[in-house]
Amino acid sequence: MSAIQFEEVSLKFVGMSRPAVNRVTCQVNSGEIVVILGPSGCGKTTLLKMVNRLYEPTVGNIFLDGSNISKLKATKLRQQIGYVIQQSGLFPHMTVADNIAVVPKLLNWPNPQIQSRIDELLALVKLPPEEFRHRYPAQLSGGQQQRVGIARALAGNPQIMLMDEPFGAIDAITRTALQDEILRLQQQLKKTILFVSHDVEEALRLADRILVMDRGEVVQFDTPFNLLTQPANNFVYDLLGANDMVRQLGLLRVSSAMTDFPPSYSNGHNPTLSQNDSLRDALSLILRTGAPTLTVMEEDTPVGLLTLDHIRACAVLGEEVT
Amino acid sequence: MGYLFSHPEEVLTLLLQHLRMTGITLVVAIAVAVPISILVTRIRWLSIPIMGTLGILYTIPSLALIIFLVPFFGLNATSVIVAMVLYTQVILVRNLTVGLDGINPAVLEAARGMGMSVWQRWWRVQVPLVLPVFIAGVRIAAVVSIAIATIGAKFNAGGLGKLLFDGIQTNRYDKIVAGSIAVAILAFAVNALLLWLEKRSNPARRLEKQAA
Repeated sequence: MSAIQFEEVSLKFVGMSRPAVNRVTCQVNSGEIVVILGPSGCGKTTLLKMVNRLYEPTVGNIFLDGSNISKLKATKLRQQIGYVIQQSGLFPHMTVADNIAVVPKLLNWPNPQIQSRIDELLALVKLPPEEFRHRYPAQLSGGQQQRVGIARALAGNPQIMLMDEPFGAIDAITRTALQDEILRLQQQLKKTILFVSHDVEEALRLADRILVMDRGEVVQFDTPFNLLTQPANNFVYDLLGANDMVRQLGLLRVSSAMTDFPPSYSNGHNPTLSQNDSLRDALSLILRTGAPTLTVMEEDTPVGLLTLDHIRACAVLGEEVT
Repeated sequence: MGYLFSHPEEVLTLLLQHLRMTGITLVVAIAVAVPISILVTRIRWLSIPIMGTLGILYTIPSLALIIFLVPFFGLNATSVIVAMVLYTQVILVRNLTVGLDGINPAVLEAARGMGMSVWQRWWRVQVPLVLPVFIAGVRIAAVVSIAIATIGAKFNAGGLGKLLFDGIQTNRYDKIVAGSIAVAILAFAVNALLLWLEKRSNPARRLEKQAA
């Protein structure tokens, strides 16, 4: 419904020796969160800004739902795409309500609809409308500003959201809360989200798939699990810190490592855990209880066994590639 | 002081002439300064030659500049107004460019990214944000113009300066005092009015009111 397709997209800024984005071809599916991850200067923001035509590619095409965006009017295109940036970019001379109303007004919505949309969105991002509607951005904390920024981007009910390091300037605790918020909103709203980040933890937490970029090129585009277990090269391996076994185990489910529960096995008093728990939970349980074997449960039925050796076998999958 | 009350009609005529000169100057000066400022903020390198030229103009004594303009515009208010427009440029252009540069780039990027056109960005974002700084510039320009317009009387342009110069020529101290006081009151009044506008246009000010 709202897929984004990059086709051999390159952008070379005037006076630069190498292109900022070089021959990117990939497809972002409708309703998925794709995090563009890479070091500073890798071209991730440039790639993002080509989607709402803040930058125009030197070569190549970008398609939204199959239609070439260069054929659309830039302002119309942007009004259909939610855009959230790092410093929130809220208009300081407008109240929270007026900030949220900007795109609906550009879209000529009738006023009653705009007003109810403002209340709906403020409730959605957990800012009570009666309290926050009439505040100015300067009266909000950084986290609240970014919530308003998200509400404002959602106002025109876009199918696509572009988020350019939205939580980059926010303290760690608030950042985690906002990431949870994004995941919660996404469960409800099912937008197509393109999210730029240089924070690996953030990418692993949010992404359905991660687009790893380096020097303007796509290095690998895959699920967090595959990036950790099958990194394409040492760059990806180092960037994701795939040598951090504990992090990696946190992304793997117990069910992917256990052996089937042997019929003759007497359960005894093994500690138990659910098959949806992560291997990190399993490791923690082994360390805590000192038990050599864990019994994996599905509801009340034992379905598998897990030992430290099983966990290790999974961890070495991601050993450094040569 | 007494002269002001004993000759209300004469004083009122001169005051209106004075206001007219100042008013026309400000309107023309703003109309010239806005495009120059936009040009300077768009094309960076123009800043040095343009601000340099305007700065040099400001250092020319007003009497000399008006005399220089008389052959072109005649011995009348036009020469005086042109001189005042030239003087106020440096003030208005500097305030406007500083104000426009002071707008957070993230705000402008958000405006563009949300799909506002150039005009919508100008009227809905840039103008309201630059307004307090701009009005501050207009205020200073207005006071400078009121002062220079006093000299206009020497060039057949009328204005409150006429009281001063007539007084000097005829040794009428009451007229000199009356002229000085009238110009001072006018400058204070215009300054206060624009200061009030400046504060009203400031979003931070609105915040304080809300908090109170």
